[in-house]
Amino acid sequence: MNTLSKELMEEFEEVFNEIQRNKAVKGAVLISSKPGSFVAGADIDMLKNAGGEAETTELSKNGQNLFNALEKSKKPFVAAINGVALGGGLELTLACQYRIATTDKSTNLGVPEVMLGLLPGAGGTQRLPHLVGVASALDMALTGKMIKPKKAKKMGLVHHLVEPLGIFLALFYPFLHKIYINFPQTITIPKVISYLLKFGAFEKNFFNKMIKGKVMKQTNGLFPAPLLIADVIREGVINGAEAGYKAEAEGFGKLSQTNESKSLIGLYDGQTHCKKNRFGNPAKPANSNLIIIIRNIAVLGAGLMGAGIVQVSIDKGYNVVLKDSFSPGLARGQEQIYKGFNTASKKKKMTTFERDAIMAKLDATLSYDALRNADMVIEAVFEDIDIKHKVVKETEAVIPEHCIFASNTSALPIGDIAKASKRPEKVIGMHYFSPVDKMQLLEIITTDTTSKDTVASAVQVGLKQGKLVIVVKDGPGFYTTRLLAPTLSEVIRMLQEGVGPQKIDKLATSFGFPVGIATLLDEVGIDVAVHVSEYLGGVFGERFAGGNVQVLKDLVARRKTGKGVYMYSDAKSKNRPVNDTATQIFKSFELEPVEAVSSDSDIQLRLISRFVNEAVMSLQEGILDNPLEGDIGAVFGLGFPPHLGGPFRYVDLHGAAPLVENMRRFEAAYGAAFTPCPLLLEHAKDSSKKFHS
Amino acid sequence: SVRCLSSTRNQSAKKSRATLGNSNARNVVLVEGVRTPFLMSGTQYKNLMPHDLQREAIKGLLKRTGIPKDKLEYVVIGTVIQEGKTSNIAREAALGAGISDKTPAHTVTQACISSNQAMTTGFNMIASGQMDTVVAGGVDFMSDVPIRFNRKMRSLMLQMNKVTNLPYFSKVKFVKHILSNLRLQLPAIAEFSTDEVMGHSADRLAAAFGISRLAQDEYATRSHTLAKKATEEGKLSDVLEYKVPEPVTSDNGIRITPMEKMAKMRAAFVKPHGTITAANSSFLSDGASAVLLMEEKKAKAMGLKPKAYLRNYTYMSQEPKDQLLLGPAYTTPTVLEKAGLTLNDIDVVEYHEAFAGQILANLAAMESDYFAQKHMNRPGKVGAPSMDKFNLWGGSLSIGHPFGATGCRLVTTCANRLKAEDGTYALLAACAAGG
Repeated sequence: MNTLSKELMEEFEEVFNEIQRNKAVKGAVLISSKPGSFVAGADIDMLKNAGGEAETTELSKNGQNLFNALEKSKKPFVAAINGVALGGGLELTLACQYRIATTDKSTNLGVPEVMLGLLPGAGGTQRLPHLVGVASALDMALTGKMIKPKKAKKMGLVHHLVEPLGIFLALFYPFLHKIYINFPQTITIPKVISYLLKFGAFEKNFFNKMIKGKVMKQTNGLFPAPLLIADVIREGVINGAEAGYKAEAEGFGKLSQTNESKSLIGLYDGQTHCKKNRFGNPAKPANSNLIIIIRNIAVLGAGLMGAGIVQVSIDKGYNVVLKDSFSPGLARGQEQIYKGFNTASKKKKMTTFERDAIMAKLDATLSYDALRNADMVIEAVFEDIDIKHKVVKETEAVIPEHCIFASNTSALPIGDIAKASKRPEKVIGMHYFSPVDKMQLLEIITTDTTSKDTVASAVQVGLKQGKLVIVVKDGPGFYTTRLLAPTLSEVIRMLQEGVGPQKIDKLATSFGFPVGIATLLDEVGIDVAVHVSEYLGGVFGERFAGGNVQVLKDLVARRKTGKGVYMYSDAKSKNRPVNDTATQIFKSFELEPVEAVSSDSDIQLRLISRFVNEAVMSLQEGILDNPLEGDIGAVFGLGFPPHLGGPFRYVDLHGAAPLVENMRRFEAAYGAAFTPCPLLLEHAKDSSKKFHS
Repeated sequence: SVRCLSSTRNQSAKKSRATLGNSNARNVVLVEGVRTPFLMSGTQYKNLMPHDLQREAIKGLLKRTGIPKDKLEYVVIGTVIQEGKTSNIAREAALGAGISDKTPAHTVTQACISSNQAMTTGFNMIASGQMDTVVAGGVDFMSDVPIRFNRKMRSLMLQMNKVTNLPYFSKVKFVKHILSNLRLQLPAIAEFSTDEVMGHSADRLAAAFGISRLAQDEYATRSHTLAKKATEEGKLSDVLEYKVPEPVTSDNGIRITPMEKMAKMRAAFVKPHGTITAANSSFLSDGASAVLLMEEKKAKAMGLKPKAYLRNYTYMSQEPKDQLLLGPAYTTPTVLEKAGLTLNDIDVVEYHEAFAGQILANLAAMESDYFAQKHMNRPGKVGAPSMDKFNLWGGSLSIGHPFGATGCRLVTTCANRLKAEDGTYALLAACAAGG
C-alpha cells in the first residue's frame, strides 16, 4: 500500500518544484506503480507520532499548503487512479487539474478519516463541496464511504474513466502513460455549486437540523468527528476558502487529540494486526516433502453457521464439501448459500456467470465419502459433546492423515472435543460469528496439543476468507463467549429488577453498543444463552452470578416461534412489542433493585464493567495473547462500543482507577460478580501502566 | 474465451518435401471449396433466408466438383445466429440443394469458428473410417436476426391460450399487461460470461499491446488493398455467382478508404479514446461457404483431383475477459509442434481478421518473451509469421465475415494460395467468442 509519509511528502515537494522550474516539462501524471493501490491515505504512524494539537494542526497546514501549490500549478497535473485513492490520497488527486480513474474493481475513492475519528485534513473538506456539491461532500466525509469509479464519474469526482488493461498491465506499462497523457485536452471541469446555501434560513436548517440531526441520530452523539466535519464544510461553503482551510486544520488538530480518535486508530492497528498471520506459513511436515496447502474444505452441518462458512469459503476459491445428515437441511443450507451470491449478482456486484462459477465449487452431500480429499474439516453440528465426539470419530475414519479438524463450537472446550480424536495435534477451534458473511471476526482456539502448523493453516484459511483473526487459548467460553456470559447474566438481573428490555436496549445503544443487550439475548438465542450460562456459571462460580438462569429456562419452556424477550411477528416493523409472557416471567422472579447502583449511568457501567473485568482476566490468565486481539474480538465479535476502542483501550484511555472505584460500589451491592481482577487492580494502582504501548 | 483452429496441409506429391502423411492413417483431402459472395448485411441478400445462402453454396460445390449427389454421405454446417425456423440449417440446406433425403445432416456452433468445427467434425468422421465423403460448410445472415419479446412478455404470450375463458374485464387487464411489457430483445452481442462487448475487449487488447490507431488503420488498408487486387486478378476463384435473382458476382465490402478519412472515424466501442473504429473492424456480413472433404483413395478412384491434405488441428481456450481474442497466438505454435514443423516451413498463412487491432495484438503477443513465459508456459517468444506470407488475398476485414462461413473460406483460400504460390504447407488460425 502506498501511504503519504513524511518522506514521501518531502520528495513530492522536491519533484514538484523541479517540474515547475524545468521548462521542458509541460505537465505531469501522478500514477502508482502498485497495481491495486494509488495512495491509501496518510501514514498512520506519522499521525500518531506527530504530537499534540499544535503539531497535528501544523501537519494539516503543511498538507494544505502543498496541495494548494499543486492546485495553482500552471502546468497541468493528472492523477491517474488505479486502485484505492483514500483520505490524503484522494485529497492529493482533488488538487490535481485532472483526475482519471480506471474502472477496475480495486479502484475506490473516499475520505474515510471519519472512521479514524478525524477529518480530511488536506483540503478535502474544502475541495469536495466545489467538485461534487455540498450534499455529496457531506455524505462522503460523514460516512467515509467508498465511491466506485462509475459513480465517481457521475458525481463529477473524476473527469474520465478508462478501462483497465487486465493482465497485461505490468508488461505494457509505458503505453498506459501515453494513453493517460493524451486525455486531458478534451476534458472540461464540472462546476457544481449549491447556490441555495447562500440563503441564511435554508443554510441554518440544512446544516443544523438536517445534517447534524442525522448524525446525532445515527451516532448518539458519541463521535465528535462527524459533527465537526459538518461544521468545517459549512465554514468553507459559507465563509469562503480561507476560513474553511483554517477551520479544517484546527479541526484536524483538535480531533487528533480525542479519545475517540485514539480508540478508532487503535482499532485500525488491531485490524491490521489481525489481518496478518503471526504463526507464519505452515512448515513442511517432517516425514514429507510436501507443504500442505489447504484447497479442499469440508463443512459438517448445513445450518445457519455451516452454510455461512461455506459461503465465505467458496467465494475465496476453496473447493467445499457441505455435508449434512438430512436432505431437507442440506437443501436449506444450499439455498442460503445461493441466495447470498444471487443477491450479489442482482446488485451487480458480480455477474451471474461469476455466481455460477462460484457455486460450482460447492459439493453438497449426505455421505462422508466426499471427505476423502479434504484438507480441513470444519464441523458446525449441534452443540453437544457426545454428538461432537461421534462426528470426530466418523470424520477421522475417512479424512486423509494431514487433514485438520476444526470445531465451530461457541463454548465447548476444544480439549474436550479433542479427547475423541486419534490425532489431537490436528484439532483446533474456529469460532465464527453469525451471520458469517457479515461478521468480520474469527476466533481461533488452540489447545496445548494443537500443533503450530495446524494453527498457522487455520489462520491462513481464516484470513483468506476475509476474516479478522484472533487466536486464543482453549478454556471455558474461550474469550468472546466468556465475556458475553457475565454481561447477559447482568441483563437478566436487571430484567428481574424491573428494568424493561426496551430501557436496557436504549441504555446500551446510547452507550455505543450497535445492538441492544436485551435484543442480543434474542439474537444469540435464549436456549444457547441458557446453555452457556449454566455451563460457564458452573465453571466460574459466583463471578458469573447475577440473574437467575431459571428465568431463561422458563422463557425457553414457554417460548413460541417469533417470540423471545420481544415479539417478532412482523419482520419489517421497527417497533417490536415486548413479549407479555416474558414480562410475566420477569415479574415472577422479581428482585428488589438496589437504589444506589440503579441510575442510568450505573446500569451502563454495570454492563460494561463486568465485560471489561472478564476481558482483563482473560489476558491475565493467558487465554488472550495480547490486548490488541482482545479489543478486536470484543468490538468485532461482540459489538463492544467502537468509540471506546475495546475493553483494553477503554481502560487505558478512561483510567482503571475510576472503573475500580465504581466496581467496588457494585461489589458492595451484589458481591463477587463485581470484584475487580488482580491485573485490573494493578493498573488502577499505577496509572502509568497501560495495556497498549 | 478464445477457441482457435489451425490446420496445416500440404499439396500432394508435387514437391519432394514430406506430405506429413502416416501410413497407418487414412488421408483426408480437400477436394474443393466454394462460397457465395460475402455481402454487407442489409444489401442485395436482405430478403433471403440463411438456408438459401447455404443451399446455393452446396449446389455450387456439387456443380463444380461434379460429384453425384447420391455419393455424399454426410453434411455438417456451422452457424452462429440461428434462424428459429431452420434450427438444423444443415438439413434444410442439404434437402434444398437436392442431396438425397437419405443423407443425414447436423448443425454445429462455436462462434466465429463454427465452420472450422464443421470441417474438423467431417475430418474426424473420415479419418476414423466412419465416412468417406462429407460436405462441411457454414453460414451467417445478419440482414435478419431473431428479435425476441422480453422474457416477461414471452411468458404472458405462452399463457395466452389459457385466458380465452376469462371475463371481459380480466381480458382488458391482460392486454394492458401485455402492452406494458412490449420491450424487445436483440440477440446478445456481449459475452455472456463477462458481459463485455467483443469490440470493447479488442480495444483493451490493442491498448494493452500498445497497438496504435495508425497501425490499425494501416493494417485495415492493407487488407482492403490486397483483397481488391486479388479480386481484380481473379484469384478469388472460390466465389460463386448468386442470382438473387439479379446476379451477384463479387464481395461488396471491399473499399479503400483514404487514410485521412480513416483517421477521422470515431471510436466505435471505448468512447471517445478507443482506437477501434468501424473502418478497422470486420463488418456485419451475409454469406455461406462449403467444402468437400473426402478420403484420398476414394476421391482419386472417383476421378477427383484433391487440392490439399488436411493434417493437424487444435482448439485452445483462454480466460474470456482479457484474453478473448488471442487464440491464434496460442494455437499457432501448438499446431506446428503437432505437425513437426516450424513457422519457417510454412508457405501460406491465413488468420481470421476480426479487428485490425486484434491481429496486430496477436502478432505482438507472439513476438513477446514476457507473454510466452507468463501466459503460454514457454521458455521464450514463439515468433510471428512473416507478413510476406500473411493474408495475401485480403481477409475478414475487407472480404467480410459471416461468422459461420469464415472458416471454410480460410481453408479454401489456403489451398488456392498454395497452388498459386507454389507452396507446400499452409497454416490458418482464428479467434472466437466465448473464450
